[in-house]
Amino acid sequence: MNLSSPQEIVERALELSRADGCMVLVREASTANLRWAGNSLTTNGVTRGREVTVIALTESAKGTSVGVTARSGLRGDDLADLVRAAETASRDAAPSEDARPLLGPESAGTGDTWDAPPATTSISVFSEFAPGLGRAFERRGAAGHLLYGYAEHSVTSTFLGSSTGLRLRHDQPSGTVDLNAKSAPPETGGGHSIWVGQATRDFTDIDVDGLDAELTRRMRWGARTVELPAGRYETLLPPAAVADMMISLYQSAGARDAAEGRTVFSAADGGTRVGERLSELPLSLRSDPAEPGLECAPFVLASTPGREITAFDNGLPLRRTDWISDGRLAALRQTRHSAELTGLPVTAHTDNLVLEQPDATGTLDDMIAGTERGLLLTCLWYIRPVDPQTLLLTGLTRDGVYLVEDGEVSGAVNNFRFNESPVSLLERVTETGATVPGLSRESGDYFPRTAMPPMRVPDFNMSTVSQAS
Amino acid sequence: MPDIDSDFLALPLRELADTALQRARDLGAEHADFRLERVRGQYLVLADGAVETAADSDTLGFAVRVVHNGVWGFAAGDDLGANTSAPNHDAVAAVAEQAVQVAKVAAAITTERIELAPEPAHPNATWVSAYETDPFSVPVGEKSALLTDWSRRLLDDSRVDHVDITLFQAKEQKFYADTTGTSTTQQRVRVAPVAEVVATREGKLDSMRTLAPPAGRGWEYLPTVESELAELPELLAEKLAAPGVEPGAYDLVIHPSNLWLAIHESIGHATELDRALGYEAAYAGTSFATVDNLGSLQYGSPIMNVTGDRTVEHGLASIGYDDEGVATTSFDLIRDGVLVGYQRDRRISRLRGYESSNGCAYADSPATMPIQRMANVSLSPAPGGPSTEDLISGVERGIYIEGDRSWSIDMQRYNFQFTGQRFYRIENGRLSGMLRDVAYQASTTDFWNSMTAVGGPQTYVLGGSFMCGKGQPGQVASVSHGCPTARFSGVRILNTVQEAGQ
Repeated sequence: MNLSSPQEIVERALELSRADGCMVLVREASTANLRWAGNSLTTNGVTRGREVTVIALTESAKGTSVGVTARSGLRGDDLADLVRAAETASRDAAPSEDARPLLGPESAGTGDTWDAPPATTSISVFSEFAPGLGRAFERRGAAGHLLYGYAEHSVTSTFLGSSTGLRLRHDQPSGTVDLNAKSAPPETGGGHSIWVGQATRDFTDIDVDGLDAELTRRMRWGARTVELPAGRYETLLPPAAVADMMISLYQSAGARDAAEGRTVFSAADGGTRVGERLSELPLSLRSDPAEPGLECAPFVLASTPGREITAFDNGLPLRRTDWISDGRLAALRQTRHSAELTGLPVTAHTDNLVLEQPDATGTLDDMIAGTERGLLLTCLWYIRPVDPQTLLLTGLTRDGVYLVEDGEVSGAVNNFRFNESPVSLLERVTETGATVPGLSRESGDYFPRTAMPPMRVPDFNMSTVSQAS
Repeated sequence: MPDIDSDFLALPLRELADTALQRARDLGAEHADFRLERVRGQYLVLADGAVETAADSDTLGFAVRVVHNGVWGFAAGDDLGANTSAPNHDAVAAVAEQAVQVAKVAAAITTERIELAPEPAHPNATWVSAYETDPFSVPVGEKSALLTDWSRRLLDDSRVDHVDITLFQAKEQKFYADTTGTSTTQQRVRVAPVAEVVATREGKLDSMRTLAPPAGRGWEYLPTVESELAELPELLAEKLAAPGVEPGAYDLVIHPSNLWLAIHESIGHATELDRALGYEAAYAGTSFATVDNLGSLQYGSPIMNVTGDRTVEHGLASIGYDDEGVATTSFDLIRDGVLVGYQRDRRISRLRGYESSNGCAYADSPATMPIQRMANVSLSPAPGGPSTEDLISGVERGIYIEGDRSWSIDMQRYNFQFTGQRFYRIENGRLSGMLRDVAYQASTTDFWNSMTAVGGPQTYVLGGSFMCGKGQPGQVASVSHGCPTARFSGVRILNTVQEAGQ
């Protein structure tokens, strides 16, 4: 049997299936990456792989049970073994609570062209970027600085087929670049440290010289250092840091957990807080598969049953969803099952996130100019949940905290550990700027498609000083 | 002792390695290694007794890494051929060519020549971890039935609103060969079962979970978790009714089920030499324990002794040979409180002039390049040392902590904040009820220098992390940390509700 194409694998696996229902996902992924440290490339690589997932369903009087098996490195007649393994697992399994009838073509979304070969990337995606990086190495070296960082590009083509006739395919390009400069070698403490990052779909929009110029500006900001104690400070959060906080909020916005009283979005008297005002500003937090520059899968693609994303919803169309609308909580992440539990519409997880205040137009520089005294963060790091009831997060500032005085950056400040809740931040935010693409430092490697505004918070809780520099 | 599975051994391991290594040699590589790997994973999740997720993954593929004209090149693929008798030599050779091509492209902006610390050849070496029952040999239905029974027992208690059970299982099979003549074939398994109960009472939400750590063991480990189930509802109820902690400085007695996490974050990652030299600077961060401090940094109190060890039985990072063909070993990191060593791979060892690697290279899948990863990093107990009760009896006003929960540390490993599962007030040498909303915060060397006593071997537990992230592209590794119960003086305690401004 020749299984040269993912489409053939989908069709053959469905033919082999003897289960009461079956879904097959084939993911073809190729990646290319460059990593550097101390003004020199350190590691680099390319990979290519295919993963086949078979989801078999067995109906019984007790309900629908499901078996999931996934394999990469599949060889020849392994496919029959894979299908049988999924079927055996489904017969062994207890019924799934979130089981729902599989979607058919009439109720599913639409995807990219089914018959086209998988999209791919290669090391050549860096053909313009790599020379730019080389120039940045030279400039940093001449300035006595050291450049560290990473660039990655991946393209994943996912093919979804089902026994109910679905044939959907999505090609997802993703890319990120991190540039981190230090004024002294890390082995001696590292000196002043700064970072810029950007997400991209194809690296054609990455201007290394421009990113490096921003590093130069921030390095100048660090010429003077200021020691400040822990405390609550008026703080300007750039889009990257806002993305860090909003991704954490989005990940905690599961409808079922909220309905069960387990999250910050649980109502005190049961149910969810959908409809409650979260911010005095007319903010919207949304996901939209068609968001320009942040395009993502326009239908549900999931390999397993689950609490917040489930394979039973595979193919479900995704459209613009406002999670927060005009400052009010408008929706939570739902499966069809949780939507029935909560009585709210199906609003499924979507792989991008945009925070926006419709009438806000200012830039981060405008907000700096309008600040009498405050802190300017550049990015956040090691963010972890502390208390689900308040969504209290702890984490640290990193690679550049600056003091703003009389409308200008006046020096670099020590790092801090913060204890803050993104929900509380939305309650207290007093100003936002125009929304622009912003790469989360903490989560950008797996959630790169975000656009956020800069944000002013009057009393950000810097819990302790961190000695890290 | 189990054997390496016959179906893995039946793969054309040596043939494909020879093809890849020869192609790399033909293209001028001064070093090449080939890794063919199979990683199986199984993930079971039960929510309130219902199976939420039951998923199997099985990843089979290979990678070729070369040093070509002093530059790394790496490529990975998964086309092994139609069947065992017809291996796809062309695909393997093509991946070797890609690896060399990547090195050539990278050469234009590479200024540091890659050299590797020497390692003797280990031809035809094999190693299998210590376990009794391969978790993948147990039918999924049997597993689901057991975990469903656990759930029902917990849900039957009126003090419990929700029960979450998770069970991760993994099996790694690796064949490695390189141009020095080393070839190793290894197999290991690990499991991570956790049961957690959740309840809300009078507007308070909290959870309580089992303390049994993930382990390099097989299915025989499951009763360890089961033995804890009966106490969870009472512990949860007590925690929900407990008063919030008053912030301030306290003496702490920390059980191994929590202390492993402090070791992992503030010692394990801080003594990775690649971090200290800046090779993780842009992502996971560097380390305050810089190379100029080796032999002089008073990392902790003089009773503090810490080792790195990839040989300990049931350790999550234990293996016979690392992913660069280096025979694993045990080594000192901190002796009598002083920094004396680092964890290293071959490349990083060579950079600092070490004569050999101490075996800390690891790749988490056939598609990833080996990077320097953590050994099992453990705090030694005091021979003849005190029991946990003895340690508590020496505290006038303090807190006893069990179990891990939230964790965070800065990018140079100074400032950390941890929470836990169970916090008990200590008054005049005795436990006097639970506290809640507790977090402790410290700077690494302040914390370890405040350690006033370590428990004896009877308090020692091998804890650990099933999923530790590092590197770009990101990789996940499992690692164990053994430690005794230990006592600390004057550690800053926060009330997390107050921190949230509530």
